Amino acid sequence: MYTTAKGEEIFVIDGHTHFWDGSPANQKNIHGKQFIECFYAYHSNLSPPSEKWEKDKFEKYDAKTMFDDLFVTGYDDMAILQPTYLTDFYKNGFNTTERNSALKKSHPDRFILNGAFDPRDGNKGLEDLHALSEKHKLKGVKLYTAEWRGESKGYKLTDKASYKYLEAAQKLGIKNIHVHKGPTIIPLNRDAFDVADVDDVATSFQDLNFIVEHCGLPRLDDFCWIATQETNVYAGLAVALPFIHSRPGYFAHVISELLFWVGPDKILYGSDYGIWTPKWLIDKFMAFEIPDDITKETGSVLSMETKTKILGLNAARLYGIDVEAQKKKIRAGGGYAHLPEAVHAPR
Amino acid sequence: MAGHVEQSEPSSSDQVRVREAEIWTCLQGVTDPELDESVTELNFVTRVDVGPDNRVHIEFRLPTYWCAANFSFLMADDMRRAVGALDWVEGVSVVLGEHMYADKINAGLAEGLSFQETFGAEADGSLDDLRQTFLVKAFQRRQAALLSHLAAMGLPPEMVVALPLAELESLSGDDEGGKLVRRYIERRAVVGPVHPDAFAFVDADGARLKAEKLSTYVSGLRRVGVNAEFNSALCRGLLSVRFDLETPFVPKSKTPLNAPESQHVP
Repeated sequence: MYTTAKGEEIFVIDGHTHFWDGSPANQKNIHGKQFIECFYAYHSNLSPPSEKWEKDKFEKYDAKTMFDDLFVTGYDDMAILQPTYLTDFYKNGFNTTERNSALKKSHPDRFILNGAFDPRDGNKGLEDLHALSEKHKLKGVKLYTAEWRGESKGYKLTDKASYKYLEAAQKLGIKNIHVHKGPTIIPLNRDAFDVADVDDVATSFQDLNFIVEHCGLPRLDDFCWIATQETNVYAGLAVALPFIHSRPGYFAHVISELLFWVGPDKILYGSDYGIWTPKWLIDKFMAFEIPDDITKETGSVLSMETKTKILGLNAARLYGIDVEAQKKKIRAGGGYAHLPEAVHAPR
Repeated sequence: MAGHVEQSEPSSSDQVRVREAEIWTCLQGVTDPELDESVTELNFVTRVDVGPDNRVHIEFRLPTYWCAANFSFLMADDMRRAVGALDWVEGVSVVLGEHMYADKINAGLAEGLSFQETFGAEADGSLDDLRQTFLVKAFQRRQAALLSHLAAMGLPPEMVVALPLAELESLSGDDEGGKLVRRYIERRAVVGPVHPDAFAFVDADGARLKAEKLSTYVSGLRRVGVNAEFNSALCRGLLSVRFDLETPFVPKSKTPLNAPESQHVP
């Protein structure tokens, strides 16, 4: 919960968090090592110096650290756990639904557990998706389209198999499809980051919501364009948001374009924990205003109402969270005990 | 500087230095297609050697191990072509370091193979479409910057859209605006034929711009520039975390990143 100087409460849903094990003991090969090193480079490059972690902690943190960083030190009220399997790089996988489910089990009111599927897994994968959905009552999945799987280095949402899986997801009531693009989609001569396949499936699956993580970066320009055409395409802010510290000017441009093209109702805050932590991100975000010259160009304003939507209300709508009821549950569980009296006292 | 330089006669060592400088200047003209910035300004190129036989050796690295294979290959290929076009150059080798496809790309480059030949079944054609897509984006970004500049100078839209290319060229001075003009003209041919009477400003399809819609058109292009600048900031940041930029080609992580062949994912 973020409380403004005036005492307004802002309910925060973190759209993108991970509980990973990238430690050397779990690495299968050089790619596993390079994967967590790349994440660590993002972390090191964009975090304020005071928020930088040691490499060991970054490679593998425990559940309590994560809980505290999100909900006690940080302002998150709830967090969506987004799995990334990477079983070709890590012995037990990097960040599986199974691993995440332990957190959900200990803190059911705090976490939204998302699953994953990979259309290259054939009929067996479809059965697994059914079982996973039944077990965890999934409302969302995270897809990493550049995941390496044996000889294959990735897939497209427009692949025939992807359609089968999306149809299955729709039947199972999995409404939210978080899409994360990566660099190795075959054929390699094409642009792996091209978001045109999102455009295609968003048109074909009108009842599903497509949340494009990292707001389509490094193809923000193409993403903005398709998001204006499709009513069910959303932007996840992870990776763009931390620029608010090191390069606030760039962040101002990016958020202005997103507001201009995608609109305030379709942008979702995400910390990408453990790459970044909610406390500093939200402190900076709440203090941030788009400079006048950019507002003059784009007409975009980051009003309090818009911030509230981005930080929680948009995700609440997608995941069917009744914010007031959820606050009550969290408060009843002592979840706000660390906050000043005014916030956590029952009313 | 490479060892052989010190052992050579002073005069030939001077010549080597001059020629190495020439190569660095030549590489300034090679851009990262996604960022539309020079590979030397981005700090990608780490080493240039000119051998006594006038063979040139170039090494480069990228911001992450995962940078896309196609762009990595394009940059290497563009460097090879640009340097190979210098009349005294007898051969060019380009080597990419610290990359998921380094072995494959380097082997392909060494044998003078195309991207398709290098990647076989993992590719289904040349890099021409990709190259064109990003040349168009570079054109759009450069055009948006110039159009914004001209609007700020007070040039009315009616005059902007009617401007012939020759007249725009005459504006390419040394000031900030002149640089924008030069950069724009460099990419103007990407979207349509250039001759002195051609309209200076056309859209990505080569169609003439309309005065009454000019500001909406420029707003539409703006996101291309925002995207490229954001990516550039990200890439520069990641490169600086990964490598000590003062002593090129030394990864910051303690243990060597080059894995034995056997460790590669099957």
